[in-house]
Amino acid sequence: MADAQSTGGGRTPPPVDTSAIPIERADVIKAVRLRHPWRNTFAVVLILLVLLFILDAAQRQAFQWDIVGKYLFDTRVTQAAFITLALTVLSMLFGIILGLILAVMRLSPNPVLKWIAWAFLWVFRGTPVYVQLVFWGLVTLIYKTLIIGIPFVHTWAVIDISWAPPLFLLAVIGLSLNESAYMAEIVRAGLLSVDPGQEEACTALGMSWGQTMRRVVIPQAMRVIIPPTGNEVISMLKTTSLVVAIPYTMDLFGRTRDISATIFAPIPLLIVASIWYLFFTSVLMVGQYFVEKRFARGSDRSRPVLGPTVVGSGGEGVAGVGIDVGGKG
Amino acid sequence: MTEQTPMVEAVMVSKSFGSNEVLKSISLRVDRGQVMCVIGPSGSGKSTFLRCINHLERIDAGRLYVDGELMGYRQRGDRLYELKPSEASRQRRDIGMVFQHFNLFGHMTALENVMEAPIRVKGASRKDAEARGRDLLARVGLAAQSGHYPAQLSGGQQQRVAIARALAMDPKLMLFDEPTSALDPELVGEVLDVMRELAQTGMTMVVVTHEMGFAREVGDALVFMDGGVVVEAGDPHEVLGNPQHQRTKAFLSKVL
Repeated sequence: MADAQSTGGGRTPPPVDTSAIPIERADVIKAVRLRHPWRNTFAVVLILLVLLFILDAAQRQAFQWDIVGKYLFDTRVTQAAFITLALTVLSMLFGIILGLILAVMRLSPNPVLKWIAWAFLWVFRGTPVYVQLVFWGLVTLIYKTLIIGIPFVHTWAVIDISWAPPLFLLAVIGLSLNESAYMAEIVRAGLLSVDPGQEEACTALGMSWGQTMRRVVIPQAMRVIIPPTGNEVISMLKTTSLVVAIPYTMDLFGRTRDISATIFAPIPLLIVASIWYLFFTSVLMVGQYFVEKRFARGSDRSRPVLGPTVVGSGGEGVAGVGIDVGGKG
Repeated sequence: MTEQTPMVEAVMVSKSFGSNEVLKSISLRVDRGQVMCVIGPSGSGKSTFLRCINHLERIDAGRLYVDGELMGYRQRGDRLYELKPSEASRQRRDIGMVFQHFNLFGHMTALENVMEAPIRVKGASRKDAEARGRDLLARVGLAAQSGHYPAQLSGGQQQRVAIARALAMDPKLMLFDEPTSALDPELVGEVLDVMRELAQTGMTMVVVTHEMGFAREVGDALVFMDGGVVVEAGDPHEVLGNPQHQRTKAFLSKVL
């Protein structure tokens, strides 16, 4: 180091050429591969059992495959499938937005915001979603009038709000509020996963807390947040079957149950509903695979690509040495 | 602010973490254009003192002035009023800080790291910030790495980006918190070179370091801290070559 200090300008010493050093090599190992006979036996037995089950199911009377075929693409069923999908997408959308707000509130330096978020989580994570949905169904009975005035002191006007919000809306509200409590914890874990040193660097640079969150913490938390959110979407798709508690029965499960009650055939319509649920979750799983792969590509960058170091202090004319990468990523 | 106003003036600064008093009535003065190196064993309070200068840590007693301005508080009469976060930020943005672990923004390229604060905090235009960013990266010898992400850079390169990022805010004072302690030995030199060049431009610097060679060659003043107090302070050659205190002698005999 003493040399570098005296010259002052030089940075990294030029790489030493190692190609001239002779290397003696040993033979490449050729060994007999380890065999796994039990693995193969177990697989064959398992395949036989599955085949047996499929053959049996195909002939079994109780499944009533003809009815399954008849109702699988019935317009009422496909409409219900669409409604289930709409419930899932809307509830997740609002759940994620509210969850993000709650997580940021919980981590904020403001104790009031912190406690509001904590209380929200306490209620909505602490009670079953089914119970919450029943409550949302009864909300019009609980709140019938709107009173304008000073509470407990003076009343100026009493407005009768005999309202009837669409049940679909109540379902979305109930599901998204419950979901936001879970998303808040996922987002919080993501935010906490970001190295606190970077927040400190933001503070030292004079950036505000809001800027630090928006520009530095949240973008990097996304890598941690995305995979469990995929799980939440799949979980939400199935949770929509609970909206019958409101009672809202236009979704996949409610609709197929109504149909089965009129034709006295519960089992084939359960199979119809299951096939649709499985179809949607399969599509979502494929989607999740690609989303995760996209984010894994981001961490691929962690592989060090040590570019050539510019020698000389000014870097005059040597800027072209490296790969020409644009300003923005 | 006359020429005589010191850049940093600490008056009997104390700081405790719980019952552990890490700074015990520290009084120090850093003049304009001066490079002050702070050495001492780990746990001596030297990093904490550095973090108190830009109010990353709140001090419990004493007063800390940067460029004549009281840090973190406003004094009216004998009462102190805590500053709003926005006011504290305004004080901090003129003070550059370089961390032991670089603390670069992992999702931004080297250039974006350097451009971020001028755009967000100073309201600079993208074009100006980019031109200045490329300029600064060239100055620390990383013109060709402007599009690289921190994970693609060596430790020494990351620390040079961190220095460029701090310089982008045109600071009047630079704080270095063990800038080379997390680096492989062969990468230390390139970071010290950048710091040496910066010192030659007349930048006021406070450097917490274990690099005695740097302290001797570049430092205008040297402070040896131990147990939360300043044991010895003075000319680096004097303190390193002819330590007066028993504790300083014992420490230097181990590190030199």
